[in-house]
Amino acid sequence: MDNPKRNSPCSEPPVSDSRREFLHTFSLAAPLLLLGLRISAVEALAAEPEGAYNARDHYYGMGIDVSKCIGCGRCADACKNENDVPREPYYFRTWIERYVIGADGETDVDSPNGGIGGFTSKTPDKEILRTFFVPKLCNQCTDPPCVQVCPVGATFATEDGVVLVDNDYCIGCRYCIQACPYGARFLDPRTKTANKCTFCYHRVTKGLLPACVEVCPTGARVFGDLKQRNSPLARFTRFNKIMTLKPHLNTKPKVFYAQLDEEVR
Amino acid sequence: MTQQSSRLLLVAAVLIVGLGTARHFLVPKTFGQRGHYRAAAVDAIEKLPIRYAGREACALCHTEIVAMHSKARHQSVSCEVCHGPAAAHTESPADIKPPAPRTRGYCPLCHGYDPTRPTGFPQIDPVTHNPVKACISCHNPHAPEPPHTPEECGACHGQIARSKAVSRHAQLACVQCHNTPEKHKVTPRLVHPEKPRDREFCGSCHAQDARSPKEILRIDMQSHNARYLCWQCHYPHQPEGD
Repeated sequence: MDNPKRNSPCSEPPVSDSRREFLHTFSLAAPLLLLGLRISAVEALAAEPEGAYNARDHYYGMGIDVSKCIGCGRCADACKNENDVPREPYYFRTWIERYVIGADGETDVDSPNGGIGGFTSKTPDKEILRTFFVPKLCNQCTDPPCVQVCPVGATFATEDGVVLVDNDYCIGCRYCIQACPYGARFLDPRTKTANKCTFCYHRVTKGLLPACVEVCPTGARVFGDLKQRNSPLARFTRFNKIMTLKPHLNTKPKVFYAQLDEEVR
Repeated sequence: MTQQSSRLLLVAAVLIVGLGTARHFLVPKTFGQRGHYRAAAVDAIEKLPIRYAGREACALCHTEIVAMHSKARHQSVSCEVCHGPAAAHTESPADIKPPAPRTRGYCPLCHGYDPTRPTGFPQIDPVTHNPVKACISCHNPHAPEPPHTPEECGACHGQIARSKAVSRHAQLACVQCHNTPEKHKVTPRLVHPEKPRDREFCGSCHAQDARSPKEILRIDMQSHNARYLCWQCHYPHQPEGD
């Protein structure tokens, strides 16, 4: 039997027969083993050209000033245009809720067609204590429950902090829709896969604003990079008192609300 | 080498090679490159088409309108809010024209009266506000101005005007309490009206010794919660006291 190690300087001590055989078997198996566990990190580094978008340099978030929202619903409409969301009034990546808190303590929440066609403004039949609009969307949690429950790894958080869905590998089991505490996901009736807000990932990676932020007429929505000290979002979080939705669930949302009422869930 | 160990080694080798081969065919190609997901899925999402070009793209050609718009009250309203997604227009400007809403239905999406809207945001009642006439026949959407300076404060402060109208203060003009500079009507967010500062202001009608009609409710300025300002308990636009 030919020993491949014979010429190496390490082979000086006498090698027993069984060890020699083991080395021989191992030297045959090792390349196959390595083929399976491909050295992915090296590949990823080699694939990245200079000057291209690098997800590791960013970490996105959104700020929402509740007191500035006028409930025009342009954001929800633009979102459907930009992301090809079904027009039926059951599917939303973002939507507006109208809160009316009566003097009797009762809270009414409505969101006709997500607020896209405007809200039917009627003279309220009861005395109002407080009332306001709240834009809602995926909170892009730092610890997303939807990612935890996906059985096939088809939903995930990217390096720049956006939770996305892999359309080709989603099996449409709806676990993530159940797990989302914010009701931000839906099953696309055409592809039968989970669908959700991507922070307009295809736009922000090219330096554009998400569609909802682009069209918000009052600046109630602010988008920015949490890794940048001088982004509009950094300023927003520095000068406002910030609340997130359902903080007790420890999902650590990256959608930050200013002037949020405790009635908002 | 014993027979047992050589057989065990063979089994182990078959298992390892089998696992490696199965993994090679079952795990997607780009899985694990950046994390516990398929990197190709991120690239596919990045390549999705853009529909909204962004206001900077509009400014490249429509310089005149942008110059006017960027100084006007609608400066924070992006072009595509009203004209719709225009990325296709930027690619073939001659063939695809973005629409412009000219009907009465569109403007009230923002400017129709709704008590939930923030106070001071300009709102009208679409039913009674010049019915049938198109909004753009009086208002330039790129640089909207009220066709004439609002005569009544209620034109903007509708919620306050509605509360006051049914309150005991209905007869009082707004300027009775709010000394309002003329410039507030032109640049409402830069020049603010004054507000009363002290108890004595309310006392000029409601104090025991005030020179005002007898029907007006009187309080004793010394004993009636002297440490508080009146509007800490009473909302002046709809006073609760009786």
